[in-house]
Amino acid sequence: MDRFDPLIASGIAAAIPLVYAALGELIAERAGVLNLGVEGMMLVGALAAFATVAVGGGVTIALGAAMLAGIAAAAAFAVLTLTLQANQVAAGLALTILGTGVSAFLGRGYVGFRAPASFEDLPIPWLSALPVIGPLFSLNALGYAAIAMLALTAWFLFHTRTGLALRAVGESPAVAHALGLRVTRIRYAATLFGGAMAGVAGCYYAVAQFKMWQEGLTAGNGWIALALVVFAAWRPWRTALGALLFGGVTGFGLYLQAAGVQVSPFVLGSLPYLATIAALVAVSASPQLLRRHAPAALGKPFFEGD
Amino acid sequence: MPTTSPTLLRLDGIVKRYPTVTALDGVRLDVAEGEIHAVLGENGAGKSTLMKAIYGVVQPDGGTIEWRGAPVRISDPVAARELGIAMVFQHFALFESLTVAENIALALPGSFGLADLAGRIVEVSRRYGLPVNPWRSVHELSVGERQRAEIVRCLLQSPRLLIMDEPTSVLTPQAVEQLFETLRALAREGTAILYVSHKLDEIRRLCDRATILRGGRNAGEVDPRAESEAHLAERMIGRSFPKTQKRAHARGAPALRVSELSLPPDGPFGVALHSIRLEVHRGEVLGIAGISGNGQAELLAAVSGERRVSPTEVCLSETPVGHLDAGERRRLGLAYVPEERLGRGAVPGMSLAENALLTASRKGMVRAGLVDWPAAEAYAARCIREFDVRVGGPHESGTGGASATAARSLSGGNLQKFIVGRELVQQPGVMVLAQPTWGVDVAASALIRQRILDLAAAGVAILVVSEDLGEILEVCDRVAVMAGGRLSPVREVSDTDAAEIGAWMAGGFLQ
Amino acid sequence: MIRLARRPAPSRVMLWGSPLVAVALTFALGAAAFAAMGQPPLGALHALFVSPLSDLNGVAELLLKASPLCLIALGLAVGFRSNVWNIGAEGQMYIGAVFATGLAIHFQERWGVWMLPAMIVAGIAGGLAWAAIVAALRAHLHASEILVSLMLTYVAALIVKYLVFGPWQDPAANNFPFTVSFEDNALFTLLANYLGALEGTRLNTSVLLTLAAIPLAWVFMKYSFAGFQLRVAGDAPAAARYAGHSEKRAIWIALLIGGAAAGLAGVTEVAGPIGQLNDRWTPGYGFTAIIVAALGRLHPAGIAVASLLMALLYIGGETAQVALQLPRAIAYVFQGLLLMLLLACEVLVNFRLQWTASIRSSQAA
Repeated sequence: MDRFDPLIASGIAAAIPLVYAALGELIAERAGVLNLGVEGMMLVGALAAFATVAVGGGVTIALGAAMLAGIAAAAAFAVLTLTLQANQVAAGLALTILGTGVSAFLGRGYVGFRAPASFEDLPIPWLSALPVIGPLFSLNALGYAAIAMLALTAWFLFHTRTGLALRAVGESPAVAHALGLRVTRIRYAATLFGGAMAGVAGCYYAVAQFKMWQEGLTAGNGWIALALVVFAAWRPWRTALGALLFGGVTGFGLYLQAAGVQVSPFVLGSLPYLATIAALVAVSASPQLLRRHAPAALGKPFFEGD
Repeated sequence: MPTTSPTLLRLDGIVKRYPTVTALDGVRLDVAEGEIHAVLGENGAGKSTLMKAIYGVVQPDGGTIEWRGAPVRISDPVAARELGIAMVFQHFALFESLTVAENIALALPGSFGLADLAGRIVEVSRRYGLPVNPWRSVHELSVGERQRAEIVRCLLQSPRLLIMDEPTSVLTPQAVEQLFETLRALAREGTAILYVSHKLDEIRRLCDRATILRGGRNAGEVDPRAESEAHLAERMIGRSFPKTQKRAHARGAPALRVSELSLPPDGPFGVALHSIRLEVHRGEVLGIAGISGNGQAELLAAVSGERRVSPTEVCLSETPVGHLDAGERRRLGLAYVPEERLGRGAVPGMSLAENALLTASRKGMVRAGLVDWPAAEAYAARCIREFDVRVGGPHESGTGGASATAARSLSGGNLQKFIVGRELVQQPGVMVLAQPTWGVDVAASALIRQRILDLAAAGVAILVVSEDLGEILEVCDRVAVMAGGRLSPVREVSDTDAAEIGAWMAGGFLQ
Repeated sequence: MIRLARRPAPSRVMLWGSPLVAVALTFALGAAAFAAMGQPPLGALHALFVSPLSDLNGVAELLLKASPLCLIALGLAVGFRSNVWNIGAEGQMYIGAVFATGLAIHFQERWGVWMLPAMIVAGIAGGLAWAAIVAALRAHLHASEILVSLMLTYVAALIVKYLVFGPWQDPAANNFPFTVSFEDNALFTLLANYLGALEGTRLNTSVLLTLAAIPLAWVFMKYSFAGFQLRVAGDAPAAARYAGHSEKRAIWIALLIGGAAAGLAGVTEVAGPIGQLNDRWTPGYGFTAIIVAALGRLHPAGIAVASLLMALLYIGGETAQVALQLPRAIAYVFQGLLLMLLLACEVLVNFRLQWTASIRSSQAA
């Protein structure tokens, strides 16, 4: 049993940032906003977190800085798409390009250093020693918070008036507007929340998992998070399931290497991307399922002035 | 009675301008407490805009609103509801994926408790005879149930003024009577009702007073019970009502046949079709009446080729075409005017020439894969000329002439004339029209209906699918009704009446 | 207060004016950023974007970089017009380069003058193949083309890495990740060989392919019925179904044209200025081309101009490294900023700004 613990542990470690990013995007998409800029928001969040600890800040401040950076990036996207009515796909791509560029540009001085402070594992006595599920009880603070965030998001979406309003806006902004819901305001809030969560994910990579900064640190995981939202059919708990599956694929590769199996690192490296495609195809092949759950107004602009 | 009751709502000089049109131009309206007040006008007269201004969805550019004698500004629907104004929308403001209770909760202030709310919903729906299950998702509801859900949502707010925007367009004649009973009961309890409609007989039966709108301006205030329908119509459209001329003609061979067509629903909110059978002969107009959402969209998709079925389920003059796509069926002489004009019948951002190319491409507009734009422009110009399509104001006339105008900038009636023209100029053998005059002004409606009759006289087989029973009875030779994905027996129009069709619309032919 | 009011019809002035405004704003912001970093703003802009073009060689390098951008963007524009978002042109370009390289290093001597044409065909086939995966998954299994095309780009990059670190590595390369250099018959000829005035520049005949592609794309978009059908599919999918245009066919065409153009661009690079395959031969042409297509308003002439501008940003970025000791990433900052500002300015095409103060005062209090 012990042999599988590292596999499970590394799988969970890879899953946590995906959970954050996917939950943030899920909320935005439930409000009808398709923000393809997750990768860009994660990168600026990661850099903000790393820069904070590099100048002597603690991890909590780093987390705050990452969230603020993610929110700032999301705000740019929100102004473009929600106020200025820009195409959401194009604006999301722009955000990713800009976030990648800005983080690479501003982060050039931090390449090659190890983070002086980081989130450390906080094993829960006895529980963390359990076989198989033990790794679930030796997470760092962000890991435990991710579980809380999952529960919170699910509760918010399905058991609060604001969550109901958010879903309503994602289904039909015109009807929501006719009933007096503040469509643009709700969409702004959802988008900014998505930015904050992407920032947390970035923070996790920079000062919890890799404990360093480099260009493109997030390696496409923002895009994988986007795919996860589809895979989860816009339901919070299913994002966790999906994230664990993806994490498992990554962990499996590391496990094989550790076990001395000769596998090309390039094959291993491509596994998450191929798994993403496979997962997307698996859920998309049944259009009925997606049409039933996808927010009907996803990606469609709404102009209140008409 | 209205003259003695105090004034509840007074609008004066209301103006609302849009980039291309002034929707409201100094409109006045007085509503007394407890009266049923009609707002009467034809399509495009500004009725809906005026109601939206009262409910706070639209902000007027000028004018004053007084509520119980005090000036108010209704900044949004929340403010309207706080005053005691509730509204039932023409196309329903309901969210398909949410339950009735969730939909209603979104419009009510106070604590958020769905179980408690469900109890109140049941209570109100019992009291007013409006049965509705709070736990069902809206997409499972029939159109009548949806309207009841909307009305219950309004009643839970204990409104002093209830706005009903064209509420009967989705109801069978029998359901209309039920609705009127509910509204009269509400009025007796002191709720004022603003009843928006273009149906004169209903207004004469229900309303105490009527404010008539024409082209965004007041065209009089009358007691509808004391006026004749013809007189009301004249005030509404500013001249006498155009009448279509029906010519006698012979019924020819069958040109369109649907046999034993059964289809599963094509989406979570779709309707299944159950062994539909119909035949349209040359020179006749067959009407399909019924409330939208009973399978008409699915039948039209199968007939037009937007959805492919097995070959023999749809035949054009004995040729099985069920497996062909829309373009291939068009080549065999089928033309189709869809219900949705912008986005389906026409591409909003494209010019009329480009929209001519959309379905008439095989009329000499494409050679060796390349588009002959002058030919497309000439075709569009012909449609514009022959169907009296009015293209925008002087600022629209660019270098390319009228055919360069974007479809989006045409009014509903003019765009429909263009689409009907584009299909007719192709000289089809079979013509299918869905809601041909829905939302179209009276003059354009008259032109379109006359062209349908002329086309039948020229020997074309015509299928008209419409919710408007008056239209069906006016243009059709034979009629059938769709309900629950099934088609009723076909009747000669002269052998039936509104009562029988109404009963069928409610599914009466199924027993 | 300012608010937006929808225009009755899109503004033709703003359609072409908004990219110009966006470019101007980008340079203004760039100047401000340089000033904030203590560089003289105008001097820095001049050093980055003007002085590199002061000689023939600079202009030649600009054209050399603009050429693949233009080629890819022309292909992508066709897809974008039909609302098919192929953002994986970078990966399609990799695979095009891989296919061409395979021929160049395995059949070097044997194919003589047919080598380069064969490589061009192979490169296009490579781009087509990679795009076809996306098309098949999108058209038949409804998977998002955005995510699939991007995921495949990561996979394509790993394939290139695998090849140049493994089976295709130049044995004489001391473990550096590149293949052997291509023979002359596997390279585009330098234009200087035909035109003495271009002596010393790296411009080659592949630029002619791009020049030919511009009018070709224009004819396709403006006059072909297929191009019209793609536009309908993008603007109003329901109208496309109503007219009987095949949705699947539109998706296939949109993706295949983009893939073919990207694959060809891959060949022009490895058989052009690079002359071999290595693991970092592209500065992200496939992604930058997305911006080029948007900036050029999906119109071939606009794309040609936009590709020159984006090539200038690349050159400015390289100059910044040398002259100002700034990282190359500054090019991406400018690119992202430009696209963002372009999207912001585009609002003026369909909306105009309206001052609402006068309206409020005339309204009931």
